[in-house]
Amino acid sequence: MDKVRKFIWFPTPYHSILLWLVWQILHDFSRGHMVLGAVFAIVIPWIVAPLSEKEPVAKNPLTVLRYTFRLLFDIVLSNYDVAKRVLQSNRSLRPAFIAVPLAINEPLPLTIFTSSVSLTPGTVSVELSDDRQWLYVHVLHLEDEQQLINLIKRRYEAPLKEIFGC
Amino acid sequence: MLSYAILTACGFICCALALNAWRLIIGPTTPDRIIAVDTMYINSIALIILLGLYQGSASYYEGALLIALLGFVSTSAFCKYLLRGDIIE
Amino acid sequence: MTVFLEAVVSVLLVLGSIVMLVGSIGLAKFPDYFTRLHAPAKSSTLGVGCILIASMIFFSVQLGHVNFKEALISMFLLITAPVAAHMLAKAGLHYKVNMKDNTQNQQLAKKAYLHQSPDEK
Repeated sequence: MDKVRKFIWFPTPYHSILLWLVWQILHDFSRGHMVLGAVFAIVIPWIVAPLSEKEPVAKNPLTVLRYTFRLLFDIVLSNYDVAKRVLQSNRSLRPAFIAVPLAINEPLPLTIFTSSVSLTPGTVSVELSDDRQWLYVHVLHLEDEQQLINLIKRRYEAPLKEIFGC
Repeated sequence: MLSYAILTACGFICCALALNAWRLIIGPTTPDRIIAVDTMYINSIALIILLGLYQGSASYYEGALLIALLGFVSTSAFCKYLLRGDIIE
Repeated sequence: MTVFLEAVVSVLLVLGSIVMLVGSIGLAKFPDYFTRLHAPAKSSTLGVGCILIASMIFFSVQLGHVNFKEALISMFLLITAPVAAHMLAKAGLHYKVNMKDNTQNQQLAKKAYLHQSPDEK
């Protein structure tokens, strides 16, 4: 039999805060729901926390904020890029597959990285190799392969490595 | 001014829905049709929010939230079906 | 409601719907499956995001208190849109859809289908 698990009051504090905030937003910050949401935010993590594995936690909140704003700016840029390609003729389009070597291996940073690649100008992440060393990316219009790989690594992978410290 | 803006936006989104329906009908392969359905879900979220703005009622967001949840779940179920040939493993 | 806020809401609504229209035109126009995937994956986040922000401003002014409910939907879409695009791309790869003839590095698509590294044989 496995050992008796030690009781922790707040197994996942960030998730508790998030749950409480979402509950308040859904119920317009009324007083009764503040108490009810607090009860949920304390009780639900006790039940759910043993189900999930331990995930890396962001070290520096300031870099998280900077990364989020960079991502939002890039979403606007990528929409401009798609609009430009839509207005051009299809014959000038040069789609391509590229393989990006990865330096991060843990599930949560990898998920954020692939999602960021999908949201940024002209790229959609397609598939991960089995050993988690390569990410296959489809590019809408490829000019210079090596330059694009370097851009992706510098702009998204380096900050994520800094945030999660892996 | 606001009602004209809402009507213009509705017109644009209805055009977008018509284009998606066209892709849904002619789409050469099954994955193309799945993309068309997914985009239709997102467009209908926008349309419901516009309806709420037009009627001045703040309770339409619940419908939009439900459509967003169901759209994601159904898209991933379709993709799982294509990937494995079986929804529940 | 002041004229300035009304103008902001109107501009956001029209801008968001134009972005969604562009995404749908891309879906209808682009030549092959993987290029078609690009347009909705990107336009859905920004287009619905603009419309939801407009709705948030409008109802915050009309109801007289801060209203964040629509922000939940845009956060949800921001998280799920790239995941859905990734799953759709995987499904297309598995289905072996036809690619545009001038797609570069088509051998990488076969490697990706087999989940291998690019230098593996």
